[in-house]
Amino acid sequence: MINKIVQSIAEALSGIRDGATVLMGGFGAVGQPDELIEGLIEQGATDLTVVANNAGAGRVGLARLMEMGRVRKIICSFPRSAGSVVFEDLYRAGKLELEIVPQGTLAERMRAAGAGIPAFFTATSAGTRLAQGKECRDFNGRPHVMELALPGDVALVEAWQADRWGNLAYREGGRNFNPVMAMAARLTVAQTHHVVELGDIAPDNVHTPGIFVQRVVQVSRGAPWV
Amino acid sequence: MKPASRQQMAARVAHDIPEGWFVNLGIGIPTMVADHVPVEREVILHSENGILGMGPAPDKVNAWLVNAGKQPVTLRPGGSFFHHADSFGMIRGGHIDLCVLGAFEVAENGDIANWATSENDNAPAVGGAMDLAVGAKRLWVVMEHTTKDGKPKLVERCSYPLTAMGAVQRIYTNLAVVDVVPGRGFVLREILAEGLSPAELQAQTGALLHTDS
Repeated sequence: MINKIVQSIAEALSGIRDGATVLMGGFGAVGQPDELIEGLIEQGATDLTVVANNAGAGRVGLARLMEMGRVRKIICSFPRSAGSVVFEDLYRAGKLELEIVPQGTLAERMRAAGAGIPAFFTATSAGTRLAQGKECRDFNGRPHVMELALPGDVALVEAWQADRWGNLAYREGGRNFNPVMAMAARLTVAQTHHVVELGDIAPDNVHTPGIFVQRVVQVSRGAPWV
Repeated sequence: MKPASRQQMAARVAHDIPEGWFVNLGIGIPTMVADHVPVEREVILHSENGILGMGPAPDKVNAWLVNAGKQPVTLRPGGSFFHHADSFGMIRGGHIDLCVLGAFEVAENGDIANWATSENDNAPAVGGAMDLAVGAKRLWVVMEHTTKDGKPKLVERCSYPLTAMGAVQRIYTNLAVVDVVPGRGFVLREILAEGLSPAELQAQTGALLHTDS
């Protein structure tokens, strides 16, 4: 019997190595796998590259992981936002590498990684400083920039419902980056508000099929922090 | 001279949005545009975080529903949710009829600078601005006509780092509505500030303002 459901956060995160690239779902707090990120702090892996839309807020979760010196590099679209004090301090002190990626390019680079596409061209960022050092080519008379796929060693995602095969359904705006990150990593760990029986998520309503998910762990039910 | 207020600027933009368009509104004054689209005119708002059919701020907050600025919003009947790659596929694939953004500068060739205030900006946040600027069918900018210390924001060439090249079609400021016409530059469509003459407007603009008369 296939059973991807594990009993603890520690079990869900076992084997994540130093130097890993970790994709973290969420758009701000919505759809962010808070318990898994807190668990990663306990788990101990360091020298991490983190891919997330934002660079953490306050002194918890990703911000705490960065403050502990465990993150070597962050790849994101919008690092500076209300409460991103830890990021700003570390970045100014030269203790954190930053790669700024336009949000659509960030999503597409992970989608490409999940779909076996090593690189693609996009008009986004052509002629800007984010295109510097990248191959540029004209298509249909318009400049385009080559962007590389962005695979992860690990993806941490948040689902609303999950079953033992790893099928996931997200809730409303909580979907955001989670499905593309689930596709893009070798090890995808989903925290879920509800564990349901096979078939309880109607097949038409499975957002991320279990083929993209290796481990599922249930967390206490609740709404994202706002 | 009485410049338009932020609400008046937002209302002026809303006036030009026809029924049926898919529209993405940026953070700041662009977000306020939604409040000025008449309820009976069906305009479908897109939010980069995976929402079509976004509605106004709720009476009761649903923590799962936020806009690009992470403020609580609602979903209209007929709305839908989708993941980030699809959301930006809508943007980059040319499916969004209009994007309205704020800006630091717009140049007469349509270049827009709206994400970093200098080459040395330590950690600028680009978000979805570059995707929206190149991907939407139309890009309109709504912004003050000048900086707080009176420097023009409509310029011959942007001095701040670019968001996109040649992307802007129209600018709404607290003083005027100006089109950006390829091969021609800024073309004045309408003065919004009461009691402002075209010559006074030109004096606050960093590039030539053409007129169609």
